[in-house]
Formats: sequence, structure tokens, C-alpha cells
Amino acid sequence: MQPFTKHTGLVAPLDRVNVDTDQMVPKQFLKFLTREGYGRVLFYDWRYLHGEKPNPDFVLNHLRYKGASILLARANFGCGSSREHAPWAILDYGFRAILAPSYADIFYNNCFKNGILPVTLSNEHMDELFKRTEQNAGYRLTVDLENQVVSDEKGLSYPFTLDPFRRECLLKGLDDIGLTLVHEEHISSFEQKNLRHPKMYETVDVKFHKQPAR
Amino acid sequence: MPGQLPGGETTNRMAPRTLFEKIWDAHLVREIPGQPSIIYIDRHLIHEGTSPQAFAGLKAAGRKVRRPELTFAVMDHSVSTKNRLLPVLDADAAGQFEALARNCEEHGVHLFDMHSKNQGIVHIIGPELGITQPGQTIVCGDSHTSTHGAFGALAFGIGTSEIEHVLATQCLSQFKSKTLEIRFVGKKPRGVTSKDMILAVIGKMGIAGGNGRVAEYTGEAVRGLSMEARMTMCNMTIEGGARAGMVAPDETTFAYLEGRPFVPRGKEFQEAVSYWKSLVTDPDAKYDSTVTLDTDKLAPMVTWGTNPGMVTQVTDRVPDPHSFKDPVDRKAAESALVYMDLKPGMRIEDIALDRVFIGSCTNSRIEDLRLAAKVVAGKHVSKDLKQALVVPGSRRVKAEAEAEGLDKVFVQAGFEWRDAGCSMCIGMNDDVLQSGERCASTSNRNFEGRQGKGGRTHLVSPLMAAAAAIEGHFVDIRKWKNLDGAE
Repeated sequence: MQPFTKHTGLVAPLDRVNVDTDQMVPKQFLKFLTREGYGRVLFYDWRYLHGEKPNPDFVLNHLRYKGASILLARANFGCGSSREHAPWAILDYGFRAILAPSYADIFYNNCFKNGILPVTLSNEHMDELFKRTEQNAGYRLTVDLENQVVSDEKGLSYPFTLDPFRRECLLKGLDDIGLTLVHEEHISSFEQKNLRHPKMYETVDVKFHKQPAR
Repeated sequence: MPGQLPGGETTNRMAPRTLFEKIWDAHLVREIPGQPSIIYIDRHLIHEGTSPQAFAGLKAAGRKVRRPELTFAVMDHSVSTKNRLLPVLDADAAGQFEALARNCEEHGVHLFDMHSKNQGIVHIIGPELGITQPGQTIVCGDSHTSTHGAFGALAFGIGTSEIEHVLATQCLSQFKSKTLEIRFVGKKPRGVTSKDMILAVIGKMGIAGGNGRVAEYTGEAVRGLSMEARMTMCNMTIEGGARAGMVAPDETTFAYLEGRPFVPRGKEFQEAVSYWKSLVTDPDAKYDSTVTLDTDKLAPMVTWGTNPGMVTQVTDRVPDPHSFKDPVDRKAAESALVYMDLKPGMRIEDIALDRVFIGSCTNSRIEDLRLAAKVVAGKHVSKDLKQALVVPGSRRVKAEAEAEGLDKVFVQAGFEWRDAGCSMCIGMNDDVLQSGERCASTSNRNFEGRQGKGGRTHLVSPLMAAAAAIEGHFVDIRKWKNLDGAE
């Protein structure tokens, strides 16, 4: 996973609450076998008119937000489906950080698995950022994970909090699975201890079972 | 004093615990201060839509599936509900099916492919085959995994990276959620289903109300629900923001499970039941928060907007955005009414429909189909409808319905009777709404474009969907006379 330490970039505003993951990547794009290439379809139904003609009304199609890498969003961003295609698309489009007052649980979690930093700020701070983005063409922010602060060139500085473990993993780009496998001994001993526990019974209907191809 | 329970879990016996805390404690592999805990996963369900990248990641890292016998795979999201013996015309879907079959073969994971008699929507077949059991931790790369909580399991949706994590380690690294009690006071009224109960919950607390929490449903009206009705309720827990929803197991649960293919038998079943009986929230245990609903105020519900929290009673009217105090809500309601092409103040019962869909992991079980069949028996769908579709949740449900003659009831009433799958809930196959079409749907999400780009979805119970199909618009099912004993 790509680490996230500090990022400065152009800001794009998505002024809408409860943006669900169906909007980020509609169903017809959930049929591919890779994690790459979803940037083209991010916000597909909002972004394109018939024949994939860019919809001039959709904010990300405005010339001034071309090349944006920081996304401003509203409450409960990423609600709905667990599809990780949503953060894949956000990253592939070029966003490295999202700033919003709140996120849906599964989406929030999925961001950290992909090197995207979802920053949580108060509604008041978000309102100010939306205002500044709107009023200043080419508005840029710096998101500094090391020091946990969002800042602009005019002296705005908003601190944010983040779980220290998540912060550490993102700063170092740590592999989650590798971290769990460090505890292999504990996993094995848990399995041994619980072998005869009702919740852990082997699945019983052998006629359903194929033997693993070893 | 901490003590060791037979299951191996360590706990403070003095402290009363909620159902969630008991299951959490029983699955703690490692608790590390300042870090998420490592919890063991008992059952892992996968489907063709979100798993291929997980297997690819596993392969790239040179890892193996740790416990292949605890993962179960099924083809459901993209399958055709028409003739499945015909070749798959959608090349991308075919690629997904092939990848799932290849990955399962390679790693020894049991697969219910699209031709299996046990095939169906992952959240239908897990419980139906007895793969889902009380006290388990169950995950799947699908947000409606909350369904399985109906059995008193801790079940939640995960992303593809976490699928890979479970395949490799049979564990997940998780922060402990807060708890939320959703309590129903009083008995469930006639004509009101568990679908209406959960829509009322989401309407009350909002679609983010449960964020960061695991919900437990309590109260007399919940106890009185069948397992299938409990599944409908837990299924839509995620629509209120909580990743998992649970109902403590009871005699209804044990009776449902006994004899199902993957449920232990004989002495082992009795042992399991005695363990399952311990899976209740202790009388003095505290939830982090509680939401209470009075059942005497419940009525059949219909969504009017573009998320499940935009919902009202069938006898109500489409709300005026100006009635929302919060400017953010007002703006969202305005935008939703434009998308839905509805006027403020319009009676819900006057909303005319183009299609009706009875199906999805929310409402496609045998009891749902029986309810709907009872409503439509001897009647015919409105000539104003373009399509009325019944998609059983699984091939077992389909076979059972056909044995009872329900398929004939539906077909005679003008419905199409299909093969099992996710179908028009998500529209990954060819069951989709056309732009501008309006659908009464027993599914779980009315997001923009969910059932097809530009399509307009109204979420309702199977009773309400069936009655709406007959009339061509929404009707208050409580006014219908032939429902006695139907719910």
C-alpha cells in the first residue's frame, strides 16, 4: 500500500450529503477482475451524459477542478454498499485525501486499506473550506498526516484527530495481513482451544464438500 | 476476576454483557492496547462480485487460504434469472463466474455455482443451508451480511481487502463497535411486516444513525417474528448505518436450524443449543444507546426519496422540502423529489408505477412469496404496469414455492416467475429499470440509479408490492380483506 505522509493539492468540492458508493461506482462496473482503472467511471451517472459525454453541470467536470487530488465532501460520505471499487475509483481518479464531517463505516475502513486518508472535520470547518474553495480558483490545501493538520497558504490551519494505529499504518503503508500474521501463534492456539466449541464445529455436511486440491 | 470459559475466552464473570460483547469476547484472538483487536471469523461467504481481486492479492503475496472449509462461495450478483442453461452473453459477468470457479477449485473452497440446486443469494442460502448459526462471527464482501445477525451471530459486510485478510488469516483486525438497542414496545399490528418495522427505524434514526454501532433488536414484537422476518429486519440494519444487527437466539431460532444441512446433529446439536441459549444480553448489561419505537404507531411504509431514510407511511403524503428544519435535509429532499419526479403534498397512494419487483436478500424467502401470493391470488396485475417480477431468493425457495403452487398463482396473476439471484435489486444482470421508470420494490436500496440509471425505486414490503402490482399504484394493504392469517 502506498504510504500517506503529507499531501498538497488542488481541492474539489462535492457539496452533497449521504453520497453512496452506488454513485461512486455504479453496478455495471463491478464486473472487472482488477483493482485498477476505475477512475474513469468514478461518479459515472453524475459525470457523464448519454454516450459518455461529460455532463457540464457536474462539479468535477468544471475546468477549475481538473487535476484535483483533495475532495471535500459532506456527512455520511460513502454510505451503502461495501464495494471497495469505490475507494479504488477515488484513488485511481487522483484523490489522495477526503475531507468530510463523517463517513459510513465500511467505506471509511476501506479507505485505509488503499492509502487514502479520510479526514474528519467539523461542519463549521467544512463550511469554511467549501467557501474558500468556491471563492478562490486554484484553491489548494495541504493535508499533513504526521502533524494531523489541514492547512492552506493563507494561514488556515485545522487540526484533526485520527486513531493512532490507523495513522501509523497509513504513514508507513503497512500491510494489514502481514500485521495480523505476526500473531500466528495466537491464531493457532485459539483454533486449538476452540476446536470442540459449538460455534466452531466443522461444517458437517460432508456430501457438500469438495476436498481441497492439494 | 477474569476467568476461563469452556470456549477458551477470557472474561470478567462479574460484568454483565450484551449479546454483542459475548460474541466479541468469544472470538478475541488477541487484544493489543492501542490497536484494533484480532478476532476470529467462523464463517466467510464470498460471491463473484467482490472476491476476484482478493484471490489475486492472495496469489500476488504468495499466500494460501488458511481454512478453506470455513469459506463458502456462491454465484448470485450477476447471474441471469432467465434460462441459465443458455451461454452467459455478458462477457464481463462470464469472466467473474470463471474467476470464482477457478479460485474455489484452486483453493478448495466450496462453491454453489449457478447450476447448483442450492444456489441463491448469499444471504438467503447461508441461513437456509444452516451455514449461519448463533454465536458465530460471519463476514462477506457485501454490506447486507447484517442479515445473518437474525440468528444471534455477529455478521457484517467487509471490503475486498478484508476478504483477502480473512482468506489468508481466518481473522480480521477490528475496532470494537459501540452497542445500540432498538426496542419495539408493544405488539406488531396487522398488515405491518418486519420490513415496515425496519423502515420505520431508519426513518426515525436516519441512515447514519447507527454508524459505528452494532444494533440489537429487542421487544415483544421482535420475539414474535419468524426467523425469515427477523432476517429482513437485520438485513436492512446497514441502511441505518450500523454494520451489524442482531436478534438473540431463542426457540424460534433453534427450531429453524434443526436438521438443516450444515447444522450439527444429535448430541452435537443439543450441545450447540445449550451454548446458543447463553447468547442473550444479560439483564443488567448496558447498551451505549437505545432507540425505542411504539408498535401501535407502526403502519405500512413506502420510501419517497433516494435513500431508505426518506420514508413515510402509506397513508401520508410526499413531504414538502420546506418542512425540513435543517437546510442540509431540505436540500437533500429537494434533490430527491426532482430525481423521483414527485410533487410535495401528493398522496403516496396516488403514486403510479411502471414495474413491481418482488425479490432480493431482503424479501425473497418462502414466507415473503406466500404473503405476496395470498394478495395476488385470483387477481391480475394492473394493465398499466410494464412488468411484475418475482425472483425467489434461492433455488430451494423456488422449488418449495413451486411445490406449493405459488409459481402458478403468480403467473396466472400476470407476474413473471424467475430463477434465483440478486436480480433487479442491483441490476447487475439484465433485470433493470429504464430511465424514468418507477418501481415498487421489496429490495433494500432506493439510491439514484440503483435498479438502473434514471430508475426510481420505492421500497415496500412484499404485501405492499403485491397489492401495488394489482392496483398499479400504492394502496394501504390494511384495507384489504383477504389477509387474515397471512402474516
